Amino acid sequence: MEFIQAIGQYEFLQKALFTSVVVGIICGIIGSFIILRGMSLMGDAISHAVLPGVALSYAFGVNFFIGAVATGVLTAIGIGYVSQNSRIKNDTAIGILFTSAFALGIILITMLKSSTDLYHILFGNVLAVRPSDMWVTVGIGIVVIVTVYAFFKELLLTSFDPTIAAAYGLRNNLIHYLLMTLLTMVTVASLQTVGIVLVVAMLITPAATAYLLTDRLWVMIYLAAGFGVISAIIGLYFSFTYNLASGATIVMVATALFLLAFLFSRKHGVVWKSIRARQKRVELSK
Amino acid sequence: MVHAVKVSRLHVSYFGNEVVRDVSFSVNQGSMVGIIGPNGAGKSTLIKAMLGLIPKDKGDIRFYGKETNEVRKQIAYVPQRSQIDWTFPITVMDTVLIGTYPSVGLFKFPKKKEKAWALECLKKVGLEEYRDRQIGELSGGQQQRVFLARALAQKPELLLLDEPFVGIDVASEETIIRILKELQVEDKTIVVVHHDLSKANTYFDQLLLLNKELIKFGAVDEVLNREIMSKAYARELQFLEKAEVTA
Repeated sequence: MEFIQAIGQYEFLQKALFTSVVVGIICGIIGSFIILRGMSLMGDAISHAVLPGVALSYAFGVNFFIGAVATGVLTAIGIGYVSQNSRIKNDTAIGILFTSAFALGIILITMLKSSTDLYHILFGNVLAVRPSDMWVTVGIGIVVIVTVYAFFKELLLTSFDPTIAAAYGLRNNLIHYLLMTLLTMVTVASLQTVGIVLVVAMLITPAATAYLLTDRLWVMIYLAAGFGVISAIIGLYFSFTYNLASGATIVMVATALFLLAFLFSRKHGVVWKSIRARQKRVELSK
Repeated sequence: MVHAVKVSRLHVSYFGNEVVRDVSFSVNQGSMVGIIGPNGAGKSTLIKAMLGLIPKDKGDIRFYGKETNEVRKQIAYVPQRSQIDWTFPITVMDTVLIGTYPSVGLFKFPKKKEKAWALECLKKVGLEEYRDRQIGELSGGQQQRVFLARALAQKPELLLLDEPFVGIDVASEETIIRILKELQVEDKTIVVVHHDLSKANTYFDQLLLLNKELIKFGAVDEVLNREIMSKAYARELQFLEKAEVTA
């Protein structure tokens, strides 16, 4: 209750809540495609790869969004190039490139002695969201939602059946890089809420929870966005009430939701599955 | 007369090996052609190259006298079954609906008209009662029928099928053949990569025997004779004869 009163009272908390909700929605949307394409590791990679871009942006005094998107997309292209032009497998290419980018980011931040607090970039500090950050997040949110809506058919088809997509004349790699760009933008938007290290959890966990509950892609996307929002609100409550890092509390809520679905999903939950298996055995032994 | 398919002097490599060598043939509209040949003969590669899914080294491919990219909407492709994610959150109905995507176009969604048509295609393959099932819950034969329904939903002039009968039940195979023959009556052209030689004579009017090079293309009885077949299946035949001697 105190939390609700505080929201009414403090503008910084309203901004934090609003930003977290937007982040929850767009992470759920993009995360759904990320897990269906088996690119969870790529999500982790891109989120770490924005660090040098953030550092450089602060150094040159431009909005960190520009630098972050640049290094994120460059890393995605680098990963694609290395895995397609050598015998190095994709997950290895991801491992090499994102750790390099991340290491470079740490060195840059230390060298530039920038005023940005590395701790806040890594772990998020949603209660310090500035109005300009909030509007960047809202802008990214609109771009993500409109793009996914406009290209829904193409995203579905290239994720489900790339061979047929190619036979229809669709360029699979264009859709891939479009998704990578959106992923980078979502990562940037999530920086202040959950931080670089935990962005991947916001991308994957709500989407995975939704995946256990439905057999329709659009339902999965709505559910994932919904779980993202619930995690953001409840997580923020714990963060505010007990003075904990917002990223960590939001992720813990998302994980709790996942556990519930993992156990109790009607179709895929382990509890129902074992009950059904037992019923079957009893029936057969009659 | 314009041919439905005209392939001229096609060369295709796969991982540095030339698997299709100087292949030329043309298919008349309304015919049903089987592509046969031993394992590794380049049958699937030929079909994929025709669709531009893998690059060709050399040669020319025309459909109705036009380049592949100009006529993609009219060409339906049913690939080998194993290549997709069977746990993807998609229903049978929505899988068939994908066939309408090329005609729906960018930034638009399938509407009532497309959904009604997709359902009709699903009925043709006898699976309308499975419309709300997730695609992975069906049997292999049923899945193959769903992909044929998706091809039908595209309203194609030409169908290319890659080993559609591998690992499926007899009833599904019969359904698929019946539908293909119906399409042929409507003057559609059908090309099938086929493995099982025993039924080749009843399914197709023409056969294309491939073993990297084109060995023979012609009416079924012209191709299915010992002399011609032994050119493609030399190794397999030797093995058979040895087995007969030792037996």
